[in-house]
Amino acid sequence: MTQSQEQDRLARFEQTVVPHLDAAYNLSRWLTRNDTDAQDVVQEAYLRAFKFFGSYKGGDSRAWLLTIVRNTCYTWLQQNRARELTTEFDEEVHSTESVNPETLLIEGANKQLLKQALEELPVSFREVVILRELEGLSYKEIADITDVPVGTVMSRLARARKRLQVVLAGRVKEV
Amino acid sequence: MSCQDAQGLMNGYVDGELELTGSLEIERHMQDCQVCAQAYQSHRAMRSAMADGSFYYDAPANLQKRVTTAVRKANTGRPRRAVLPWRWAAAGAALTMIAIVSWGAFSILQRSSTDDLLAQEIVSGHVRSLMANHLTDVPSSDQHTVKPWFGGKLDFSPPVIDLTESGFSLVGGRLDYIGNRPAAALVYQHRQHLINLFVWQSADNSDSGNKALIRQGYNLIGWKKSGLVYWAVSDLNNAELQEFAQAVQSST
Repeated sequence: MTQSQEQDRLARFEQTVVPHLDAAYNLSRWLTRNDTDAQDVVQEAYLRAFKFFGSYKGGDSRAWLLTIVRNTCYTWLQQNRARELTTEFDEEVHSTESVNPETLLIEGANKQLLKQALEELPVSFREVVILRELEGLSYKEIADITDVPVGTVMSRLARARKRLQVVLAGRVKEV
Repeated sequence: MSCQDAQGLMNGYVDGELELTGSLEIERHMQDCQVCAQAYQSHRAMRSAMADGSFYYDAPANLQKRVTTAVRKANTGRPRRAVLPWRWAAAGAALTMIAIVSWGAFSILQRSSTDDLLAQEIVSGHVRSLMANHLTDVPSSDQHTVKPWFGGKLDFSPPVIDLTESGFSLVGGRLDYIGNRPAAALVYQHRQHLINLFVWQSADNSDSGNKALIRQGYNLIGWKKSGLVYWAVSDLNNAELQEFAQAVQSST
């Protein structure tokens, strides 16, 4: 690659990928649950993205970047907090009686409770909620990013939401 | 629609992933069912609580500078190597593959609007079957259980084939409705991916080769054979779905 080609490539990268920094950080922050780690992972993800920029064939650059950020997060978790990757969805809590929706306006302390409950979801459930609710991605896009079938995305999302609602309704017994 | 169906479709409904008929059905159900209407309200409340920006972590101010500096450094610091001949060979092989695959895929471009409508119905049928907890009416991996089940429910007899040896296991069958006529839906599984194979009676007796489409990210392959129309749909990639189509064709 000549120097001017390299400059072109860099310019294109900065135009198409760098603008999605907020999305990258948001996902990384939710998956690592820590600001410093999230920033490190984002930097690593951008370096990877740049390295593989040749494989980006147009299309949704945010989804393309988020796939890399997500995989970088998983690698990082594997190396630093492998236990979090094997946390299982606790069906005991999940299968408590059905939720009676009493809070239709979620504010203040309830919101904090919801945020905390989301943070405590196993990472494979948490990421689906983040990509759906905070990035507004479709089931299919989420399936592509997280490398699972659409059916799995749907069932994870349904179970995660149910859990969050149970927590909100204050029905989870503290262990 | 029962409450159980409505609850099964609820997530798809709040996410706008349900097709029109499903949405209308669930709305009609909620007019009469307080419990489901409340469940919907609490879904909405939770979604809006998360979506108002207070859950979103914006990147810290210095992060953009940090990232662009790192990337620029990687750009200038990259050693320049001559491209090795074998790389060209590999690239050539890759290009050939791409050419072959896209040649197949380009039949996608030849489509009519009737195909569009039909494809939409097929994808909807597929998505609905995954959502509503109603994948099969007759769950069985035994073709001799599934085939007779259709007897009397359809005015034709859909071929139910065991494709386990090709890596596609039969999950079951169900009745569906595509293009204003009843259709058999045969459900197969390949790894974690589900395939719906829709079969209905053709208006004419002509056979036709594979038609490949992509809708909403799902791959579809359709063909006509011996008076029956076949459409396979899945989130499986195009190449593997082609394998599936071939496996079906070679045993019908």
